[in-house]
Amino acid sequence: MSKIGVYVCHCGENIAGVVDVEDVRQYAEQLDGVTVTRRNLFMCSDPGQEMIRQDIASGLVDRVVVAACTPRTHEPIFRTTLEKAGLNKYLFEMANIRDQGSWVHAHDKYGATAKAKRIVASAVGKAANLHPLEDKFVDVTPAALVIGGGVAGIFSALELAKMGHKVYLVEKQPSIGGAMAMLDKTFPTNDCSACILTPVMVEAANHPNIELLTCSEVADVNGYIGNFNVRIRKNQTYVDWNKCTGCGACAEACPVRTANEFNGGMDHRGAAYIHFPQAVPKKAVVDMSVCINCAGRKLGTEPRISKKTGQPVLAACEKACPSGAIDRSHHLPAEGTLRDIEVGVIIVATGYQVMEKENFPEYAPDSPNVITALQMERLISATGPTGGKLLRPSDHRKPRTISFVSCVGSRDVRHHTYCSRVCCMYMIKQARLIKEKYPDIRIFMHVIDVRAPGKDFDEYYTRARDMGITFVKGKVGGMEILPADQVRVLGYDVDLGSNIEVDADMVVLASAMEQPPTAKLLARKIGLSFDGAGFFKELHPKLKPVETAVEGVFLAGCCQGPKDIPDTVSQAKGAAAAAAIPLCQGKVRIDPTISEVDTEKCSGCGICTPLCPYNAIVLKTYSGRPRAMIDITQCKGCGVCTAACPSAAILLHGYTDVQILSQIAALTRAA
Amino acid sequence: MEYTPNIVGFACQWCTYAGADLAGNLRCKYPPTIKLIRVPCSGRVKPEFILDALAKGADGVLVGGCHFGDCHYKDGNRKTANRMILLKKMIADMGFEPKRFRLEWISGAEGQKFADVVSEFTEELIKLGPNTIVEENAA
Ligand SMILES: Cc1cc2nc3c(=O)[nH]c(=O)nc-3n(C[C@H](O)[C@H](O)[C@H](O)COP(=O)(O)OP(=O)(O)OC[C@H]3O[C@@H](n4cnc5c(N)ncnc54)[C@H](O)[C@@H]3O)c2cc1C
Ligand code: FES
Repeated sequence: MSKIGVYVCHCGENIAGVVDVEDVRQYAEQLDGVTVTRRNLFMCSDPGQEMIRQDIASGLVDRVVVAACTPRTHEPIFRTTLEKAGLNKYLFEMANIRDQGSWVHAHDKYGATAKAKRIVASAVGKAANLHPLEDKFVDVTPAALVIGGGVAGIFSALELAKMGHKVYLVEKQPSIGGAMAMLDKTFPTNDCSACILTPVMVEAANHPNIELLTCSEVADVNGYIGNFNVRIRKNQTYVDWNKCTGCGACAEACPVRTANEFNGGMDHRGAAYIHFPQAVPKKAVVDMSVCINCAGRKLGTEPRISKKTGQPVLAACEKACPSGAIDRSHHLPAEGTLRDIEVGVIIVATGYQVMEKENFPEYAPDSPNVITALQMERLISATGPTGGKLLRPSDHRKPRTISFVSCVGSRDVRHHTYCSRVCCMYMIKQARLIKEKYPDIRIFMHVIDVRAPGKDFDEYYTRARDMGITFVKGKVGGMEILPADQVRVLGYDVDLGSNIEVDADMVVLASAMEQPPTAKLLARKIGLSFDGAGFFKELHPKLKPVETAVEGVFLAGCCQGPKDIPDTVSQAKGAAAAAAIPLCQGKVRIDPTISEVDTEKCSGCGICTPLCPYNAIVLKTYSGRPRAMIDITQCKGCGVCTAACPSAAILLHGYTDVQILSQIAALTRAA
Repeated sequence: MEYTPNIVGFACQWCTYAGADLAGNLRCKYPPTIKLIRVPCSGRVKPEFILDALAKGADGVLVGGCHFGDCHYKDGNRKTANRMILLKKMIADMGFEPKRFRLEWISGAEGQKFADVVSEFTEELIKLGPNTIVEENAA
C-alpha cells in the first residue's frame, strides 16, 4: 500500500481566501492510501518544502501530492524536493486548485472548495498508481542554428560564437541586417544605424565560428533538443558567390527597373542587384521573377553566336561581370539547393513586418505622399532613394507641412489591440531629425498619448516639444486628397475639444509592427505556438521569456513581440545564454514520460507505426514474430500510439491507462 | 439542492490546460463544474476514457486540444478529431445524449474562451439534467 502525503497550499490568500483549505485537508485524510496531510502558507517556500522532505526522510510518505498552483510552473520545483529527500521525483502529482480553482471561482467559495476536493482526490488516485521513472541522457550536437539575420539574430550568433560554439546563421534575404539596416538614425541617441550595425554585421560574417547562410531558408526540422536535423534551402541566386566580388557592375548594366524593396519601393533596382550598399555578404543576385531575359535565350543553353561580330550574344549582366560569376549557360535549379545540418539548439529571430498603408483605406493610401514610417526612414537616410534629401514622392519638392499619425493599426480593435511600443519614439526621432535639418518645416504629431518609458526616452520627447514640434492629442479619423497632391488630415484635438484639419504636403503613418504571414510555416516546422497578438509565444511571460514550449528552441527579437533595438539586443544575448546551457552541458536529459511497448502484449498489428508523428516506431522481429519497438530518442511522449493500440500494449509513462482511469474514478465518485 | 453538473475534462498540457491556467491568471469567472485531467496531447485520450467517465456518472465530458496546425506533436489533434467522430456515434448507441460530450480546440492564449466554453457547456448540461446512468444501473 502506498503512503501518500497530501500538502495543501494556502498560497497566501490566493487559495485560502476562497477555498476552505482545512476542509480540503480533512477530506484528503480519509482518501485511500493517504498517510499524511498538512497545510502551509506557501508550500513552495523553504519551510513548505522542508515539511515534505522531513516526511519522506522519516518514512511517513513515499508519494507526494501538492494541492497548489499549476504543475506547468511548479511541478519541476517539487520534483526537485523529492529528489533531494531521496525519493524518485516522478512519484509526485500536483492538484491545481489555484489557477483552475480559487482564481476562477472566487464568486462561489462552496463550489470552489468542493471542486478542490475532487481535484485532490483525482491527484491522489493517480499518485497511488505512479511508478518510479529514470531519466536518460543523450549527447548534444555542439552547434547552434540561428534563424533570421536581423540585429537579434546577429547578436545571438555572435554571443554563441564568442563562447566557442559553432553557429549557422540563416537569413532569407541576400544580406543580414534586417530592419535595422533600413533605419536612418536610432533613438534615443540619434546615432546612425548603419554606423553601429555594419561593423557588427562584418564581425559576424568574419567570425570563424559563424557560418553565414544568406538567401537561405529552413525547409524542414526534425529531431529534438540536443539533436535537431535541419534541412536548409539555399535559394537560387543565379550568381556564383565564390566568384562574385560585389562590385555591382551587373546591377548597373541590367536593363530592368523594378521597385526596390529596400528603399520602400521609392526607387528602382535591376533584376540583377545588390541588396543594399553595405550588404554583408556583398554579393549580387538575379531576381528571375522580373528578369526579361534580355539576350533572348533560355537559361541553361549556350549563347547564340553573333553573325556580325562572331562573338557570343550575352545578357547584360553576364557581359558586365568582370569575374565570370554570372553564366547563364549553366543549368541551375530554380528551387535552389538543399543541405542538411545537425545542431543541438535553435534560436528563432525572424523579426517583424510593418503594416502597409493599403490596409487603411481611410488614410488616403492612393496618395503617393502618404507613406509609412519605415519609408520615411529611407527618405531621410543618406543611402536612401534621395540621398538623404527630404523630397516628397509625388513631385520631388521639399514639403512645408508634415503630419505624423500614430497607432495606425496598433491599439485598434479592427487590426491589432497591442501597442507596437516603438512608434511614438521613432516618430519623435524622425520629427526631430527633420526639424534639425529643415527648421522651417511645420510638423504635426497626432497621438493618442505619447509612450516614452525607456531609459532617456522622456527627455528625448521633451526636447522634441522644445524644438517646436506640435503634438496634437487625439485620433485621426480620415484623410482627403486635395489638389496639388496635398492631403487634408481630419483629426481631433482633445485639448481644444474640437476637430482639427491640417493640410499636409506629406503624411507619415506609424503603422503597426506585426508577425509576417510566413511565420506560420516556420512555426509548423518547428512546433512553435503563437500568443494572442500573433507573435511567437515564450514559455513563461516573466520567468522564461526566451524559452519556448519546444525544448531547445529559443526566441529573440521582434518575432516574440514588438520591441526597440536595446530590448532586442538584450533579449538576443539572453537567448544565446539560454541556448548555451545544453551546448555547455554536452548532454541533455530525455524525459522518461514517453511510450514503451510491452512486447508480450504487442500483437505486431502495426497500427501504431504510421500514427507516430516522429517515425519513432518500427516493427522488429522478436522471438520470430513482428513486434513494435519505440526509439526513445525520437519519442516525445504524445501518447497517440498508446491511445490507438488495440491490445493496450503501449504504456505512456506518467499517463498510463490505469493512472487516468483512477483519476476518472475519483472525479466521478459520489461526492 | 440545486443540480450542479459534474464535468470531467481532458486537456492537452500545451494548449487547453495552459488556456485554463490563463483563465486563472486573468481571473475569468466560470462555474466550478469542470475538473481537468492533464494529458500530454489530446491524441492521448482513448475513446474508452470518455465512455468510462459517462458510465461512471459524469454529467459531461470535455476533450480540449490545440487548434489544427498548433498541436505540439504536429497533428495529434487531427487524430483526436477522427477518433471522436466514431466516438460520438458510440455515445449515442450507449444511450447517452450526444450533447454530454464536447470536443473543443482552445489555445494557450484563449483563457477567456476556456471560461466561456465551460460556462456554456454547464448551461447546456443544466438543461439536460443529471446523467442518471449510475442510478439506472443500480435499479
Ligand atoms: C519605422 C521604424 C523605425 C524604428 N526606429 C528605431 C530606432 O530608432 N531605435 C530603436 O531602438 N528601434 C527602432 N525600430 C525598431 C527596430 O527596427 C527593431 O527593434 C529591430 O529591427 C528588431 O530586430 P529583429 O532582429 O528582431 O527583427 P528584424 O530586423 O525584422 O530581422 C529579422 C530578420 O529575419 C529574417 N527572416 C524572417 N523570416 C525568416 C525566415 N523564415 N528564414 C530566414 N530568415 C528570416 C528577415 O529577413 C530579417 O532579416 C524602428 C522600427 C520601425 C518600424
Ligand atoms: S498537444 Fe495539444 S492537441 Fe496535441
